[in-house]
Amino acid sequence: MTTHVRFPSPYDIKAPQGAEDWKRLYPYYLVFQDNLKQKEESKFWFCDSQHWPTPFKPFDAVTVEFAVKCLGQYNTRHYMIPPANGVDYRIHNGYCYMSPVAVAPELIAGRVPQFMERAGYYFQNWGSLLANWDKKVRANIAALEALHFEKLPDVVPLDWVTEGVGLDNTYGLMETYDRSIQLLYKTWQYHFEFLNLGYAAYLDFFGFLKGQFPDIPDQAIAKMVQGVDVDLFRPDDELKKLAKLAVQLDIATALWTGTADAALAAVAQRRNGQQWIEAWKQAQDPWFNFTSGNGFYSTDKYWIEHLDIPLGYIKDYVARLEKGEEIDRPTAKIAAERDRITKEYAELLDADARAAFEGKLGLARTVFPYVENHNFYIEHWSMGVFWRKMRGLSRILHEAGFWEQPDDMFYLTRQEVRDALFDYGNAWAVGTDPIGPDYWPAEIASRRKIMAALATQAPQPALNEPPAVITEPFTIMLWGITTESVGRWLNGSADKSVLTGMAASPGTVEGRARVLRSADDLGLIEPGEILVTPVTAPSWAPVFGKIKATVTDIGGMMSHAAIVCREYGLPAVTGTGNATTSIKTGQMLRVNGSTGEVTILS
Amino acid sequence: MLRVPDARFIVAFDRASEADSVRMGGKCASLARMIAAGVNVPNGFAVATDAYAEHLESGRLRSRVETLMRSIDIGNVDDEEEKSSEIRRLIMSAAMPTGVEAEIRRAYLAIAEGDDLPVAVRSSATAEDMPDASFAGQQDTYLWIVGEDDVVERVKACWASLFNARAISYRARNGLGWLDAQMGVGVQKMVDAAAAGVAMTLDPITGNRTRIVIDAAFGLGEPVVSGEITPDNFVVEKVMLEILKRKIVEKDSELVADRAARRTVHKVVEASRRALPSLSDAQVIAVARIAKALEKSMGCPQDVEWAIDRDRPDGENVVILQSRPETVWSRKKVEREKVYAVGIEGVLGALLSPLRVKQ
Repeated sequence: MTTHVRFPSPYDIKAPQGAEDWKRLYPYYLVFQDNLKQKEESKFWFCDSQHWPTPFKPFDAVTVEFAVKCLGQYNTRHYMIPPANGVDYRIHNGYCYMSPVAVAPELIAGRVPQFMERAGYYFQNWGSLLANWDKKVRANIAALEALHFEKLPDVVPLDWVTEGVGLDNTYGLMETYDRSIQLLYKTWQYHFEFLNLGYAAYLDFFGFLKGQFPDIPDQAIAKMVQGVDVDLFRPDDELKKLAKLAVQLDIATALWTGTADAALAAVAQRRNGQQWIEAWKQAQDPWFNFTSGNGFYSTDKYWIEHLDIPLGYIKDYVARLEKGEEIDRPTAKIAAERDRITKEYAELLDADARAAFEGKLGLARTVFPYVENHNFYIEHWSMGVFWRKMRGLSRILHEAGFWEQPDDMFYLTRQEVRDALFDYGNAWAVGTDPIGPDYWPAEIASRRKIMAALATQAPQPALNEPPAVITEPFTIMLWGITTESVGRWLNGSADKSVLTGMAASPGTVEGRARVLRSADDLGLIEPGEILVTPVTAPSWAPVFGKIKATVTDIGGMMSHAAIVCREYGLPAVTGTGNATTSIKTGQMLRVNGSTGEVTILS
Repeated sequence: MLRVPDARFIVAFDRASEADSVRMGGKCASLARMIAAGVNVPNGFAVATDAYAEHLESGRLRSRVETLMRSIDIGNVDDEEEKSSEIRRLIMSAAMPTGVEAEIRRAYLAIAEGDDLPVAVRSSATAEDMPDASFAGQQDTYLWIVGEDDVVERVKACWASLFNARAISYRARNGLGWLDAQMGVGVQKMVDAAAAGVAMTLDPITGNRTRIVIDAAFGLGEPVVSGEITPDNFVVEKVMLEILKRKIVEKDSELVADRAARRTVHKVVEASRRALPSLSDAQVIAVARIAKALEKSMGCPQDVEWAIDRDRPDGENVVILQSRPETVWSRKKVEREKVYAVGIEGVLGALLSPLRVKQ
């Protein structure tokens, strides 16, 4: 077996045929510039297909920018994390690559006092600061929800004239757009306010236990801190409640009536039907602000806009209830198991170590609910509202002739959208035709082709020369990337029928593979199959009742897929690097979630 | 199985009380304790130490043994061997006291429900299995014994094994007088083992207490215990009961029962089976689970002999043949780092040195 010492340079990787001109889809500062070759090639970049598994449209780059920039600010400017600044990022051939920025060794010690003061304040006041976070995020969501776009009227309202407002409707339109982007920016600032510290405290607990017990499985550590009543699981819990209520009220058969609208109308006709409809409506706010994806794509389907998705899951649950199956999460069992594991490890420690264990466990349990729960408030709820508002804006410009499909606006960058809005308002004010309708359709058609071409090529797992040893804490914590995983990517496995990844959720099963690249295909899953996918989202939970195990290309122990699989007691192997390209739908697999091995049996 | 009748020299494993433990000898007492704790242990009975004492008295053996023991030139291997043989011949040739013999026969017939149940006849010395005097393996065990006559003979042989050359020299080296040792004998239903071996509730190499280390081979466990063969080796994480390592070796021979010949034989393992694991993953976990429970109920790390009983259904076929305290690491203090930073200092340490989490 040949050992490669480096990954390809981005300057040597050709764009797929038909996508040669992809760089114009993204801002100049997000692509590898030709004149910076030497500098860019000196850094190691790894592909973040955990959050961005497929090429994303120009507008959607806003999530990359805001998320990764805000991650950085907390390390670099808020808490002064001694060894780590932020994470630099680039887009290449439609995929996102990350490169953590270390602090120069001679500067690390100097940052320690500031870190102790600043991060220390957060750890000491976690509860009250988090309560404040909750208020801020809910207010931000309310502000996003209040955004209102409408097409420009024929004349400025009369009362604006009589009240001497002195402004026109384009002013409000531009302002509302800018405000949307600012609120999104705020969303991502809040997202990272607690997250880096939360993971750091967890990392400390994790490292301590690995030091004490070299054999301790990662998932045992995760189980000690996992919550039982987690907001992230509420949407699925709500569906289960609705399924039970449907059975109890004897209206379940009505759910099988045609489309979602027809089914809801049929339920309403039934005796007690109104009671179910009331419960259904109540569950929606906020729990149906839940995406089948991960919140980073404008194409994500949120339950609240696609009622057929939650309704389909409810029907699955009803069917299982009628077969006499238990559908509730075994929360009492999970809690008891968590207590058992904690106690047994504690008993193996001597007195000093046990005191440290209690201290670190206490801190980890304080911070961990945020790590689990923020995902609902940011990626699902906040992002759901944001994308809905943006789709509304896209439709207005579509109706004004700017593009052919209602959602085509996402083929523009966020700055270009601002230009298009000005074009629209400008023509309205001048009393002429906007230029957009004669410019954007052709441009979007060309970009659509580029996007399709980009999607035909899987990303390189990493670029350039890796460091001999991965010591950067955020690479390990947030992406689960270690020296070993990079080594695996470089060398591949000698035995092509065995893939290795992270042992993310224990248990061994065999079954047929179902390879899915998109949440839109979730309906293809047959009961008893093993889901193989680049990355899963927590909202896929309802299909977890059907499948036997999950295998992902990317993701660490604390990835959302791992958290959900442990919660549902499903074996999972995450971070295999190449499961979706090595495995074909229909192949028999053995998944060992305890060792992280996936064997292709046939 | 019929109830073993209450008798002066016999203690049924499943009815023994703590007060019987000294008279049963170490091994039998521990089996009785495990049965009381709900562990799957093949049933049987102990021939109490009083029976051994009675045998020495009634045959007027005590003084003759005493004289011979005194005459041994300790360190002279030939002399040790010769006197050992003579003492054992004395014990074997003396007739067993009739009361003792009758009780053994009745007890055997009760557990056998006839005269053809294979049993193991095991020495159970009072000084054996103590953490500070590791007598393990000094006395004899006879496997696959069938019929009341043979059982009676083997009980005597167990008594005699207190004077095998190995035991004599061991006791001499450890300053133990021969009269201090009393000999109980266990008569226990034989397990027809599909696989068997040893489980330690810590890593015998490093003392790591989060591990359960299992040696296993096809057939009966004696070749594993005695180190005659290289067994499969499994390492299980104790809290999560997950298999960390499996080392499966070529197993070309196995010890199995030859029922017709009333003995055990070494059999060549057919080629197709040699490289297969002697335990399924589920069985590895089942063995580990029981070993872990034994450690918990006994209050210290254990060294457990187990077998997979062919005659019991899957899921409840792990039986325990013996469990005794692990003696090496239990007395050592495992070195660990001493100073731990907690709170923000701990977090700072983790950020500065996340290498510790390298998998």
